[in-house]
Amino acid sequence: MSKDWPLYEVFIRAKSGLSHRHAGSVHAADDEMALNHARDVYTRRNEGVSIWVVRSSDIVASDPGDADAFFEPARDKIYRHPTFYDIPDGVENI
Amino acid sequence: MDNKEALLKYTLRLGDNALVLAQRLVELVAHGPELEEEMANANFALDYLGQARLFYMYAGELEGKGRKEDDFAFMRGEREFSSFLLVEQPNGHFGDTIARSVLFSEFYLLQLEALRACADARLAEIAARAEKEIRYHVRHDAQWLVRLGDGTDESHSKAQASIDSLWRFTGELFAGDEVDAVIRDEFGGPDLDVLLARWRGRIAAVLDEATLSMPDDCWMDKGGRTGRHTEHFGPLIAEMQYMQRSYPGLAW
Repeated sequence: MSKDWPLYEVFIRAKSGLSHRHAGSVHAADDEMALNHARDVYTRRNEGVSIWVVRSSDIVASDPGDADAFFEPARDKIYRHPTFYDIPDGVENI
Repeated sequence: MDNKEALLKYTLRLGDNALVLAQRLVELVAHGPELEEEMANANFALDYLGQARLFYMYAGELEGKGRKEDDFAFMRGEREFSSFLLVEQPNGHFGDTIARSVLFSEFYLLQLEALRACADARLAEIAARAEKEIRYHVRHDAQWLVRLGDGTDESHSKAQASIDSLWRFTGELFAGDEVDAVIRDEFGGPDLDVLLARWRGRIAAVLDEATLSMPDDCWMDKGGRTGRHTEHFGPLIAEMQYMQRSYPGLAW
């Protein structure tokens, strides 16, 4: 049966204020079922407060063959990192 | 019947329904049609099992004879279980399981909603907790019935047959007795006539969306409340109880 059901990617928000993170994927016959499956498979242990699901085929991904053109130019530009700032104590999630 | 006796019986009935359905769903573990549905089913079985424990624990306290949840679950005979005939019906195929779940969980959700506001604080607390779990079950089960009913010709006719064959067990859900009357009048619990009207409305809506038809009024089976179960119940509790019967007091 699963060969007929499309794949959905699952994104979970662990708690308010954080962003959704990719948790994994589920098979489902429709959007509602995908949401249910994501809830049943990925939030059983209180992992989340919000779920996004999206058809895997609807995700536009970069091509590994383009990696040089896409990512290489950023590798030697350390001045783009905010590493020259002091982060005050008590600031979380940065 | 005094209030305390009625409350004890009512609490045991809630526990029995939850336990017997949990046992039925547990039978499906490792038999799910899909990995994801497998997880959903196991979650639901555990939800029901957890609710049964809470009801039995409270029943033990109400009774005051030192019985604990395991004694109620594993050391009572067939005739002492007061669960509905509906919940003991075999899993059958996936459509049968879903039809049974829809018919029961729509009723159970209404029952819990009403109990949340009842005068017995403990029962109200357990109902409030269970209601959240069952609300999700109802969503899951109803969506599945719609998929099956409004699916292929074959899934449609199978789903209709499932609903039709289980229909005769639904009358018992609303055939109140003395216990239900005390819970309604003395504790502000559910009024079964009100529940029946709401249940019929919700079932009609789900069936309509699923392009299935509501069965005509028919003869209704009953007996679960008084311990007269269908032939499927004996094997169910035999499997459920054999470990404690063979090794009384055995613990993990």
